[in-house]
Amino acid sequence: MPRKIKIEPEPGDLTPIVGAETDVTPLGRSAEKPAHELTADEDIDVADWDRVAAMDEFKQLLVSKRKFIIPVTIFFIVYYFALPVLVGYAPALMERKVLGVVNLAYLFALSQFFVAWIIAALYVRAASKWDEMTRNILAKLGVMRKGE
Amino acid sequence: MSTSLLMFLIFIFITLVITYWAARKSSGSSAYFAAGRQIKGWQNGIAVAGDYMSAASFLGIAGIIAFQGYDGFMYSVGWLVAYLTVLLIVAEPLRNAGKYTMADVLAYRLSPRPVRAMAALSTLTVSTFYMIAQMVGAGALVTLLLKDSGLTYRTSVIGVGVLMIVYVVFGGMLATTWVQIIKAILLMSGTLLLSLLVLGHYGFSFGNFFNAIAHVTYTDAGGARVTQDFLQPGLRYKPPYGALDLISLGLALIFGTAGLPHILVRFYTVPDAKTARTSVVWAMVLIGSFYIMTTFLGFGAATIIGRDFIARNGGTNMSAPLLAQALAGEAFFGFISAIAFATILAVVAGLTISASTSFAHDFWTNVIHRGTERDAGEEVRVARITAFVVGAIAILIAIVLGPTANVAFLVALAFAVAASANLPVIVFSLFWRRFNTKGAVAGLGTGLLASIVLILISPSIMTVDPPTVTGAARHLIQADPIFPLENPGILSIPLGFLGAYIGTLLGREPSAEAKYTELLVRANTGLGAEKAAPH
Repeated sequence: MPRKIKIEPEPGDLTPIVGAETDVTPLGRSAEKPAHELTADEDIDVADWDRVAAMDEFKQLLVSKRKFIIPVTIFFIVYYFALPVLVGYAPALMERKVLGVVNLAYLFALSQFFVAWIIAALYVRAASKWDEMTRNILAKLGVMRKGE
Repeated sequence: MSTSLLMFLIFIFITLVITYWAARKSSGSSAYFAAGRQIKGWQNGIAVAGDYMSAASFLGIAGIIAFQGYDGFMYSVGWLVAYLTVLLIVAEPLRNAGKYTMADVLAYRLSPRPVRAMAALSTLTVSTFYMIAQMVGAGALVTLLLKDSGLTYRTSVIGVGVLMIVYVVFGGMLATTWVQIIKAILLMSGTLLLSLLVLGHYGFSFGNFFNAIAHVTYTDAGGARVTQDFLQPGLRYKPPYGALDLISLGLALIFGTAGLPHILVRFYTVPDAKTARTSVVWAMVLIGSFYIMTTFLGFGAATIIGRDFIARNGGTNMSAPLLAQALAGEAFFGFISAIAFATILAVVAGLTISASTSFAHDFWTNVIHRGTERDAGEEVRVARITAFVVGAIAILIAIVLGPTANVAFLVALAFAVAASANLPVIVFSLFWRRFNTKGAVAGLGTGLLASIVLILISPSIMTVDPPTVTGAARHLIQADPIFPLENPGILSIPLGFLGAYIGTLLGREPSAEAKYTELLVRANTGLGAEKAAPH
């Protein structure tokens, strides 16, 4: 259950306001902890965690995430580090001018931006499938999300 | 008063009025938080971009590219690709679990007191490194703006630094989401304008522009005129260790972002994981476009005004403002300087407050006084004192380093500390059931210590200077460096992971392992995060 959090700053309270309740427990206040500071023990009665963890749908969600995230993470790390490695250890290749005076090193560096954008787009597509799976899990638990 | 200074003051004033108005409009009542909760993905994305693009990006990268060509562009690449780590690994689990800071994630299933204390120390260290860079940038900027008055760099760093800290400590916090949005839009439009001016200078011909980059003439250290292809790698990172240094830099850049306190915080301001995801994507589009434009800023400065001119007029960090001055006159120079200054102010405000409050709350009250305030207002006092101390340390180190220290490089060191100390424990705590309190404390401790010690014995601190080098440009320790790389990441990040791993193996913590299921379910479904609003 979401807890009620006191949000009116008290006089003399310097706790930063950065768009959310606070980034730490309000300074100099003895109010209840904000939700994000609760530990697992203090916040255990929201759901039957073991039951959710044992659901087939939940396991499928984890498998589906892993199948996408692990290979893609490995790919982007390898693709990214190929740049400093090749620049550092194969300078002759990377200094080859391929487009007028523009060398391979610059084009490879530029390609990193587009590859990053493409990966982000692929991730968003994959993640919408996970959103669907999550909705099914929550629906099965009888939990409705606001606005859904 | 010169035109540029007048324009600078007018723009700073306008920025402050807008931010004050935005902060007023959106705060002071519970409606503020409700609105904050409904912040859209794209809005939060712009705010993330605003938080991220500090003086390092605008002043620093342009400077490194202007002085060392291609190698500087590597910073741009790394700082964008970093967002894939954030997007794929950290953002959604954190938002789903309803966690706000690294300390929250760690304290969730581990023993809260020790991990909060260590997390506070690490946050403080990362923030201090970050602050040093902002102070150097601000000092150099003000020296340049007031150069007719004969103000020295040292005086301006002290003056600007003290003003900033006083403003932050007594004036409160303006780094709200809206402020960051306004700042990001200003920064993006300023950069776009400057890029178009650079292209315009070359008749909007990429061919002409790149031809000029391939033949940059400058005076080298020995006083000889040389012509150099600035697209060629290796001008900063030279053999024998250059290649390793470049990889080390890359590690810090792409793994550091996911451990930065002020970036993680942003994912808590959105309603759900889906919006967190959307905001990372928006941020990636903006940040990526910005970093591609550093090509025009940096190489434009190298070719149009040249590094000799920049070196004589304020040093590497002033490349972008000087370029603006050369291309579009004093007013535009004032405008660009104001954007840079506003950027620095916003970042300093955010960092100072988050570091000092987390120290006061997580370290002082929890550890030293076991969770109780001795008297009312003590935490607030401790936070203020901490802010002053951090500010003073940053000012002092900024003076020692001098205006020639490149701010992008300095911020990269903050990233190395974040990547070495914070990332290992965040990743382990999210993905490793066995992970425990000992592991968290050991990981944070090892990562912090390793990165700082390696920086202290690196060539940035230890180098034998020829007698011609004088003043602030001289290195602190006149001896051969023990660690040959500028960037510690390649060694300190594995050490951080190793520390967390070995620490964990030292003991078992059944309670932490038992609670992993709860975290796993939360991180993957968002169940129980307060926006889920069941029933």
